[in-house]
Amino acid sequence: MKILVPVKRVVDYNVKVRVKADGTGVDIASVKMSMNPFDEIAVEEAVRLKEAGVAAEVVAVSCGIAACQETLRAAMAIGADRGILVETDVDLQPLAVAKLLKALTDKEAPQVVICGKQAIDDDANQTGQMLAALNGWPQATFASKVTIADGKAAVTREIDGGLETLELSLPAVITTDLRLNEPRYATLPNIMKAKKKPLEIVKPDELGVDVAPRLSTLRVDEPPKRSAGVRVADVAQLVDKLKNEAKVI
Amino acid sequence: MSQYTAPIRDMQFVMRELAGLDAVAALPGCEEVSPDLVDAILEEAGKFAGGVLAPLNKIGDQHGAKWQDGKVTTVPGWKAAYEQFAEAGWTALACDPQYGGQGLPKLISTAVMEMWKSANMAFSLCPMLTNGAIEALMLRGTDAQKDMYLPKMVSGEWTGTMNLTEPQAGSDLAAVRTRAEPQGDGTYKIFGQKIFITYGEHDLTDNIIHLVLARLPDAPEGVKGISLFVVPKFLVNEDGSPGARNDVHCVSIEHKLGIHASPTAVLAFGDSGGAIGTLVGEPNRGLEYMFIMMNEARFAVGMEGLALSERAYQHALQYARDRIQGTELGVRGGPKVSILQHPDVRRMLMSMKSQTEAMRALAYVVGAATDLAHLHPDEGVRARNQAFVDLMIPVVKGWCTENSVDIASTGVQVHGGMGFIEETGAAQHLRDARITPIYEGTTAIQANDLIGRKIAREAGATIQGVVAEMRKVQAELAAKDGDFTAIGRALGNGIQAVEEAVAYILATYNADIKAAHVGSVPFLKLLGIVAGGWQMARAALVAERKLAQGEGDAAFYQAKIVTARFYADHVLAQASGLSYAVVNGAAGALALSDEQF
Repeated sequence: MKILVPVKRVVDYNVKVRVKADGTGVDIASVKMSMNPFDEIAVEEAVRLKEAGVAAEVVAVSCGIAACQETLRAAMAIGADRGILVETDVDLQPLAVAKLLKALTDKEAPQVVICGKQAIDDDANQTGQMLAALNGWPQATFASKVTIADGKAAVTREIDGGLETLELSLPAVITTDLRLNEPRYATLPNIMKAKKKPLEIVKPDELGVDVAPRLSTLRVDEPPKRSAGVRVADVAQLVDKLKNEAKVI
Repeated sequence: MSQYTAPIRDMQFVMRELAGLDAVAALPGCEEVSPDLVDAILEEAGKFAGGVLAPLNKIGDQHGAKWQDGKVTTVPGWKAAYEQFAEAGWTALACDPQYGGQGLPKLISTAVMEMWKSANMAFSLCPMLTNGAIEALMLRGTDAQKDMYLPKMVSGEWTGTMNLTEPQAGSDLAAVRTRAEPQGDGTYKIFGQKIFITYGEHDLTDNIIHLVLARLPDAPEGVKGISLFVVPKFLVNEDGSPGARNDVHCVSIEHKLGIHASPTAVLAFGDSGGAIGTLVGEPNRGLEYMFIMMNEARFAVGMEGLALSERAYQHALQYARDRIQGTELGVRGGPKVSILQHPDVRRMLMSMKSQTEAMRALAYVVGAATDLAHLHPDEGVRARNQAFVDLMIPVVKGWCTENSVDIASTGVQVHGGMGFIEETGAAQHLRDARITPIYEGTTAIQANDLIGRKIAREAGATIQGVVAEMRKVQAELAAKDGDFTAIGRALGNGIQAVEEAVAYILATYNADIKAAHVGSVPFLKLLGIVAGGWQMARAALVAERKLAQGEGDAAFYQAKIVTARFYADHVLAQASGLSYAVVNGAAGALALSDEQF
């Protein structure tokens, strides 16, 4: 069984991002970049399935600029067997990525695609779902436990009311939540080996996908600064403020 | 909890722009080394250091290693971290691929070692000593010894120790008394007591491989009668598994000022009939082998000075950002501000930061020179780099470690009263740092080596070559203005101070050796400060070029120039005072009679 894991290069989670002065986006020039943490969990899960003998091959995919090769190498250092970079300088939106992944699943025919549930840069939380829809595959999002046996996946997902367990026929898309696993530290021999693992580079054109953006960003602003609080005289005043000023009750 | 974030940006800058990563990567045997690989290694080592080792640093200090009935229990969490460390392959980084190592160059292992030592110095001593033992076996072990011990030591399955010191034989190893009696079957029985054995006993691994200095029955007196033996805690069976318990036992561990989690063992060899060992290399040449490895060990301790300075700086900076106290100077009725706004706190932090960066630059440059000295195809290049390394090792060791005590102390000062309170954690760095100017040769031992073997013996040939290199940088600075003029002036004064001190040492060393030795430690500090200033000046010039090209992180490069400027005005400025002490200091130091003290 083959598992495909999409990995995204994002601003490192330790970086305090700043909005560009002209409001067109976030300043990522000379900012530390690394693999989206949810995707790291996805790679870890796929590698564990391989180590357990469930999967035979783990293929990492990244879509974006040439520097995404580093992200793929990081995935291979965790244990992915090879990498595919869909290289483009176009700013990719979730639907474009889902279409690229659809083209790759047609080509690679994986039984499972494990994605991060969302990327920590745009927090879109759409790509996995779109990919399932484009493929007409079942999907299980926000997984906190994955078991694969007899051509089916049992996925426990975190929902508002507690936990829900779904059974899916394969092929399927699974997206990872934070508590699915704790990614390992890559070992030094695996970091060295990752440099020698195959990394294929394709262009969106070769996959027949138009990646032009469909959405336009009007403006990006810093979140408003929290203003100073006020002391209320009694509960009645508090309720009044919540009701009429904050309008939350 | 005190956090540690590996200063990867600065490490990359120093490796690429100052130490010459490209030149190292071009060496035979380093074909795999590429900037991408180096980045990936630094990234992952940084994660491990910050995520696994650093969180154990404080509990290590508070709990300490425990001894009971001959057994040593390491701090809770230590064993799991060690296993994870070995499984991740970090023990094998610089080792020979023939025995399972990755064979990566010294420049890379230097940066990674800095991370382990910053994150958790007491932990880092275990793999460091094991590496020393691996080196010794690589250097002079028989094939049988190598096959028996090296694969498991490289993989971290077993650890190693170095047994040199005895109660009467500290800095003076000629006084070693431990005996080795040949058994006629190629083995020896070892009898004697060794002290200060780092990780001499612990519960991290199934076996511990001790390398022991001892005297054969017919050995001549003094340094020429000491041989080196390998003595495992458990004898090794034919199939490589640990067998019978050897007669080497941990009698106690020391109660120390710092590095509490590192068990410093007193080892008794042969109390019940003799500890069985085998000879490493030829008889009576043990001390000579130790000296070959000395550069490595002294460099590693110098790195501890750098690493603890970095950690103390990060700790102090965090506190300075968080601690709100007073209003900004010159702002009437202004709001309360963090102490980072106060000029003297800034001065202290800049002093810590600039000296740490200068030490990193010099240490990595020496690390890269070590690679060139070992691997470069051209014999002349090898020899030139080896001479530079030999000159600079006592400086890296002595200067970085002496600095670390001052810098960690400044770190406590930034915390004010809270720094004196153990819970804050700043004091640990100071206590941990205090051993570094002492072990592996005190600062005086380094300084005597520097002025004697490294300068006077060769009439200053190498140091004069280094001074000429410094002059070139100074000339480049002189052609510029602004900060660069100030940096160039300070560097010029510093170089002149070195020249005056070297002239004095060369003139005095044979005529009045005691007078020369009074100035040896001030001279070592002087050379460290000026060599650090030389590297900071180079860094500033690179930064200026990058800024002009509009390449990369402008804030980082601007900070480099400002930091070099601070170093020039506050640190390099001390050079002339030290030189004065070298040249004029003997009279006052030596004139009192013993009774007058």
